[in-house]
Amino acid sequence: MSQITWKDDRALLATLQGKIATWGTILRICIEERLVYRGDFALGTLMRFLPIVTQIFLWGSIFQNVAGKIAGYTYDNIIAYYLLTMVARAFSSMPGLASGIAGEIRDGSVKKYLIQPIDMIGFLLLNRVAHKLVYYGVAIGPFALVFFLCRSFFPSAPPMETIIAFSASLFMSFLLGFFLEAAIGLIGFWFLEVSSLLFVYMLFNFFFSGHMFPLDVLPYPWNYVFEAMPLQYLAYFPAAVWLGKIEGDQLISALWIEAAWILFFIVICRVAFRRGVRRYSGFGG
Amino acid sequence: MNEVQTDTTREQIHPRPDYGRVFLTFARNSLVRDMTFRSNFIIETISSLSWMFMNLGFYLLIFSYTNVIGVATGWTQYQFFVFFATVAIVNSLVQTFFMPNAQEFSEMIRTGNLDFALLKPIDTQFLISLQKVNWSGLGNTGFALLLLVFSLGKLYSEQAGFRIYPIQMILYPFYIVCGITILYSLMIALSATSVWLGRNQSLYNFWFYITNFSRYPMEIYGGPSGDARRWIGQSLKSFFSYCIPVLLAVNVPARLLAKPLDPNNLSLALYAVFGTVVSFSVSRMFFYRALRSYRSTGS
Repeated sequence: MSQITWKDDRALLATLQGKIATWGTILRICIEERLVYRGDFALGTLMRFLPIVTQIFLWGSIFQNVAGKIAGYTYDNIIAYYLLTMVARAFSSMPGLASGIAGEIRDGSVKKYLIQPIDMIGFLLLNRVAHKLVYYGVAIGPFALVFFLCRSFFPSAPPMETIIAFSASLFMSFLLGFFLEAAIGLIGFWFLEVSSLLFVYMLFNFFFSGHMFPLDVLPYPWNYVFEAMPLQYLAYFPAAVWLGKIEGDQLISALWIEAAWILFFIVICRVAFRRGVRRYSGFGG
Repeated sequence: MNEVQTDTTREQIHPRPDYGRVFLTFARNSLVRDMTFRSNFIIETISSLSWMFMNLGFYLLIFSYTNVIGVATGWTQYQFFVFFATVAIVNSLVQTFFMPNAQEFSEMIRTGNLDFALLKPIDTQFLISLQKVNWSGLGNTGFALLLLVFSLGKLYSEQAGFRIYPIQMILYPFYIVCGITILYSLMIALSATSVWLGRNQSLYNFWFYITNFSRYPMEIYGGPSGDARRWIGQSLKSFFSYCIPVLLAVNVPARLLAKPLDPNNLSLALYAVFGTVVSFSVSRMFFYRALRSYRSTGS
């Protein structure tokens, strides 16, 4: 799939083993690079839970006046929901990916992917996998601590099928998050400055992914708006799956729709990169 | 001590700069730059406004399920909207005047460009803090002011005995300035730590996470007796009111307008002034301490 863009077809002749070795090396280098800032990472992870603290108190005050449930959520459900979206975001959020791609296009360093037999999207994907692996390695501590402290908010463990569906939704949220953001970054081939566009995307992402509140709390016309968007899979969907809000056939079809969205953005990335490279002109050294 | 000597030497060579005029020049230059990339400016204004609308939508949603936040706290819908408008005013002003500069400051330390700022015959903290004005942030301030007036109007017409006195109108902007100063002090101190840490993305983000506590009425930090939330909430409330007074930055001005009769207001208001002075002085000390440890990048 990635050969299409290679300028140098020597890599095409390389054995599968050689390719795996190359990607393995890239992955290792990326992991080592990431580990340099592990202190920064651990601190960052722990801090990311601070807004949950305010949510616990805010919803606590709200539920003091509400008997029972809000749109099917008890107080415990809501807090469990926020914690689960943190897990989902740990998979789906891609800090700096789109801006990084756009930046490389702008300052011309994108050239290195054009002259080396390395596919840009593939390289960035591995880079991100390395980033995430290191992140989970470091973040597992803070996550375990917070989930242990907040264990009372969670209902008893869901059935095995739900756990499998949850894991699948997390894995797919990583892919969806990656290809969606990469596609946005590639817009940089057409518009040199995409920072304001990224900001708009970030806003919509925060709201429509369900990071701000459970999307099914929204009243009638709005729930259809968010259901039509791929963003819900980045945070809301995995959390709703764990909490048993989406089950049975509905769950299966939602997972297929998510897979279709991933495919859609993979194609978009490929097409955008091909066309973008054709448009791109680099000058000087 | 070192910088005192340097300042004296500077004053002998250069006359004291007119800070007001320098600031106006900064503001004008930033406006010229913003107007050069006009479409970017418009997109930025609209996107920060939509962020506010999203938040407002979230609270409208909450108030469709309950009519007050907490039990007997007095934060009914329009009182809470006064609070929300105050959050927006304080934050948008911090974003307009200080946020781009604090970001730039860390970058200047990393790249060694701080050298140029140190050479200029003007107070370094002033130069670093106010060099850029992000005019698009003022869109939010404008909308927040409209929301404030609207909510106060609603309270005035719907709540018996709700009055606004001139003293409140004078004290409100004063405490807004105090709030901005508290948040600014924390921000500049955190970005100054890049002198020691080199890369401090986490610490800069820390500012967002800490100030997140200031975005809600202080009454929410509590819980039913016997629950762990009670003592955790109380501790958070005390810590963020008295040690790092970010909780006072919005709560004090907002309560002044929305809940003027609350018995705790006087002590909080007095402490807020004290907290502002201490925050600013400590951050200034910290800032110059950081500058003394600054070694250029040598390029």
